Parts: sequence; C-alpha cells; structure tokens
Amino acid sequence: MRDVFIARLCELAQADPRIMLITGDLGFRVLDEYMDRFPKQFLNAGVAEQNMTALATGMALEGHIVFTYSIANFTFMRCLEQIRNDAAYHDCNVNVISVGAGFSYGQLGISHHATEDITIMRSLPGVTVASPGDDWETAELTTAITQTPGVCYLRLDKSSPGNTQRPGEIFRLGQTRVLRDGTDVTLAATGGIMSEVLKAADTLAERGIHARVLSTHTIKPFDVATYANAARETGGIITVEEHTVDGGLGSVVAESLLEAGVVPRFFQRIGLRAGFSSVVGTQQYLRAVYGIDAETIVSAVERRLGAGTARRVA
Amino acid sequence: MIRSQSDCTRRFALAKRTSRTAFQLFIIMTDLKHLAQRIRLHALRMTSVGGSAHVGAAMSMADILATLYGGTLNVDPNDPQKPDRDRFILSKGHAGAAVYAALAETGFFPVEQLKTHFQNGSKLSGHVSHKGIPGVELSTGSLGHGLGVATGMAYAAKLKGATHRVYCLLSDGECDEGSNWEAILFAGHHQLNNLVAIIDYNKIQSLAPVSETLALEPFADKWRAFGWGVVECDGHDHAQLRECFAELPAQGGQPTVVIAHTIKGKGVSFMENTVEWHYFTARGEKFDQALRELQAAG
Ligand SMILES: Cc1ncc(C[n+]2csc(CCOP(=O)(O)OP(=O)(O)O)c2C)c(N)n1
Ligand SMILES: [Mg+2]
Repeated sequence: MRDVFIARLCELAQADPRIMLITGDLGFRVLDEYMDRFPKQFLNAGVAEQNMTALATGMALEGHIVFTYSIANFTFMRCLEQIRNDAAYHDCNVNVISVGAGFSYGQLGISHHATEDITIMRSLPGVTVASPGDDWETAELTTAITQTPGVCYLRLDKSSPGNTQRPGEIFRLGQTRVLRDGTDVTLAATGGIMSEVLKAADTLAERGIHARVLSTHTIKPFDVATYANAARETGGIITVEEHTVDGGLGSVVAESLLEAGVVPRFFQRIGLRAGFSSVVGTQQYLRAVYGIDAETIVSAVERRLGAGTARRVA
Repeated sequence: MIRSQSDCTRRFALAKRTSRTAFQLFIIMTDLKHLAQRIRLHALRMTSVGGSAHVGAAMSMADILATLYGGTLNVDPNDPQKPDRDRFILSKGHAGAAVYAALAETGFFPVEQLKTHFQNGSKLSGHVSHKGIPGVELSTGSLGHGLGVATGMAYAAKLKGATHRVYCLLSDGECDEGSNWEAILFAGHHQLNNLVAIIDYNKIQSLAPVSETLALEPFADKWRAFGWGVVECDGHDHAQLRECFAELPAQGGQPTVVIAHTIKGKGVSFMENTVEWHYFTARGEKFDQALRELQAAG
C-alpha cells in the first residue's frame, strides 16, 4: 500500500505544486523518486514529529496541501495535540500518513504496533479517518484526501489483497464497498486484514455459505446505509479489524446501527482484546495468535450460523 | 582470554573488587575487547537470522555497551532487580539486539535464547523489550522516551537518598526529539548528578548525515548551556570510555553527558559510515565477509 500511495502522490505532486510531503526522518529508498522529482515539495523534519505536524499546519495555513509521513504510531500519537489544536481546529488540509497498520511491523515490538489509531483519530472532530483494504482503495483515497479539506488520517497496511476493484466500479470517499454479494452473513473489515476476510469468504463459499463482504475504507464519515442493508438482508454481521475492539470498526458499526434502529440477528467484533502484544512475530503469525485470521473468521461464522440455522429450521 | 559466559562474569566481578595492577588492567582491557566482539558477532547473527534491520546501529554502540556491562554498571545477573543496582536504559531501542547480546554474555539469560530474536513466539523483539527479559529496565522503540524516564529514576533516587546511577544511551538523530530537551532542561535545573546520558554520536540518521538533517553542533555547548557536565571521547576506545565512566559526575553538582564519537557499522568495513546498513540485513556472502572481519578483529 505504501508504494501505491507514493506512486499516486507523485502524480498529484506533479499536477499541483501546493503539495508538500514532510517526513519524520523515514522513507529510506521508498521516497527516493518523490525526493528526486520534487525537491521543493519535500522536507525532512528530522526525528521530531511534534514539530513536523506544527510545520505542516503552518505551511497549510500558507496555502499548501501537506502530507506528514512516518511509520505506525509516530505520525499521530506524540503529536496528537498538534493534530487536534493546530491542524484540525484550524481546518488545515493536513494529511497524516501512517505506514504500517496493526501488526505490519509485528516483530519490532509494541512501539511499532499501530493498534489503537482508529479509535484515537476518529474521536477528533472533523477528522476524516481512512483505512484502505486494498491497493485500489489506497490510490483512490490518496487522491480523495488531497481534495478533501481539513485533516485526514490515512492508515496504510503492509498486507493487501491486491486490487479488488469490480468492473466499472467508481470510488467514493465515505462509501463502504460491497466486495461480495452474499446474503448468508456479512463480513465487514477495514484495512489490510481484508486479505484474511476474503480467504475466509472463499472457504465459506466452498462450504455453501455465501458471505457478503464489506470493505470500510472510510471509518469517518461512516456509511451506515450500506450496513443497515447488510443487517436486513444477511441477518448477522461480523466485523474484522487488526486493531483494538475498543472504539474501532466494530464499535462504529454497533453504535451507528443501534442509533439507526437496525439490530442484526447477531453481531460479533473480531479484533484485539488481549492487551498489549509482547509476543514477537510476523503479521501473519500475530494474526493467528490473537485470533483475527481467516481460520478464526470461518469458525466464528460457522458457530453463529450453526445456531442460527437450527433456529430457522425449528 | 576468557572463553565462557560465566567465566566472563566472574572475571569482571573479581576485577572490580580488587585493586588494579597494570596486569589486571591489561586483563580488563582484553576482556572488554572480547565482550565487544561477542556483542558484535551476536548482533550480526541475530539480525541475519531474523532478517531484521539496524545492524549498523548495534555495531556503533557495541564498545559502549561492553564498557558498561564489563565493569562500569553495578548490576548483578543473579539479582537483576536488586534495589541498589545502577539503572541502564537504551533509548535508541532499535539497537536492542546489542543489549540482549550484552545481557546474555554477562549472564542475565542464556546465550542460546539470542537465537530466538525476531522469531515467531519469541520475547526478543526488534526494539528492546523488558517483558520477561531480566536486566532490561525499559521497553523502548519510539525515540525520545528513554532520557525522560531515566531522569524520573534519577530524581526518585535522589528523593530516597540512594547512591546508584542512572545511565541512558541515546542516538544522535534521536536528539531531534523535543522531549529529550525537556528532560535535559529538567535534569540540569534539578542538578541530577546521578544521571548519565551517553550519546552514540555516529553522525548518521535515517535518511542522511545528521549535519544535513538537523545539525547538532555545537553539541557540547548545548548541553553545557542546559547545566550539564560534558565529556567527549572516542566511543570505540575502551580505555577512554572507562575513564569517562570512572570520573562521574564530570562536574560536581551536574548531570553528565558522555558524547561518544562513533562510527555507524563499526567493525565491518562495508557497513561503516553508511546510511543503508541501518536497514540492510547481512546474508550470504555479505554475512560471511562480516563474520570474517569481526572474527579477525578478536
Ligand atoms: C519517535 C520515532 N520516530 C521515528 C522512528 C524511526 N527511526 C528508527 S531509527 C531512526 C533514526 C536513526 O538514526 P539515529 O537516531 O541517529 O540512530 P543510530 O541508528 O544512528 O544510532 C528513526 C527515525 C522511531 N523509532 N521513533
Ligand atoms: Mg545516528
């Protein structure tokens, strides 16, 4: 996703000299093309994320469209107040890019696990929270947040199922995509964990269970209509995220549906519940350890539908 | 020459207790050289097996760690939590492999365990972790945290009237972080002369030299202006490092910073003074060459 983002950003920077990329001393090799082509639209703020974000605000107030860039939590956590008070409150077009969502940097330790960012960022008034689930969404979101005023947070995963665009499909910021049209159950995800969800959907399809698969690339603003339809048409919803369940995608879905008066027959959040991970491992390994991989999703569906089917028969 | 890990631990303990004749000093210097070499060899193997980055960062500070764990720090592998121990914090957590190696070599946990570094199910994460690892005081990985915590520990020691020291090793690029300067201001103001910051001043950070990113010079003057005593040394010269640590605090009532001039990737010719060996993993021919060079140096 990172490379897709940079490739699209190069196109955008070529067309619009207001675009500015500020890195917090990261992006070795990855940013080379951008740095070479747009030296005047690039800045290394050093390992100093608070100042990076304050600089971004200052430049945005002077008319730039700014991207701040770092990995995992560094891009938003220490500098959260700069994002809130400076960039967001002043309606600046500052786009906060976090490379390495969830357990993308699994072996590096908890400093590099970005597992609370959705919750934190979506609590900030007016901030757009984007979490692409594939390469196409990544590219389209990059363009969309450039054109969207105010602060946007873009969460980029190391893993990706590739390109899931359907023929003729048009991208819209804030609109959850339907990747599969099943009616037996809804599997909804945000971010690169989509690759696990699609694997799970394939396994389920082989077993005669046709899941509707939703990709919520924009957490905020949230598309409640697509979820309300899914609840009505498929009965049960299972949300999947490589992120804490406290305030993440599952929370948004539950809050929004309840408020809209739509209650699915069953609802389950698959996400992180076990606290900080001090276990070392690859993204794939940690997904299995923390029960957010394809296998867990499949068994969750079968458990739920097993009970549901029995009720229907009775 | 010492050969085994327990041998090594015993020798350092002995050397510390007895008065230092020239011969003993010779033994100590040989042991430090050996310990530094072991740290480098482990760091090379650990990063290679796991495919992790930051080998250059580990090589850069191997001699500092060897000097600290080879007799400077009052720590006891048999009682890692003893209240009067010196505290050591690695703030540049990305070089955790070297600290794990130093701890294993001085008996805090089995050297065998180093093989699990970066592996699925392990406790030894790429950035230094304290969970289940005896001897690690603080998990780090996000730059700019260690010195503030070390300052808190030093302040607590003063309140208690304890006499141990708190050491914190930082990288130079890390000094970009404003949080460090808040701690530096605080420690100077409160005259925490039990606090020792060590800078692994290798002049290179993530994308470019420090001088081209955010220049730190005149670096020593900045610390002095904040009320710190400053000593500078060659960060690969064990005798110089020992001398710096032997005379603490450098200035009576002030915290001390040891600005250790180092070479990133020190000990492996093709890694030295490069940005890319912050990231690359030595494999195949590169690994063999690095191994040969490090072994030859012993
Ligand atoms: C807060 C924070 N921002 C960014 C990073 C990513 N990062 C890891 S090492 C590094 C800089 C490496 O240079 P330096 O600090 O000089 O350390 P060296 O390896 O040279 O000792 C950066 C930016 C980080 N770990 N923490
Ligand atoms: Mg450096």
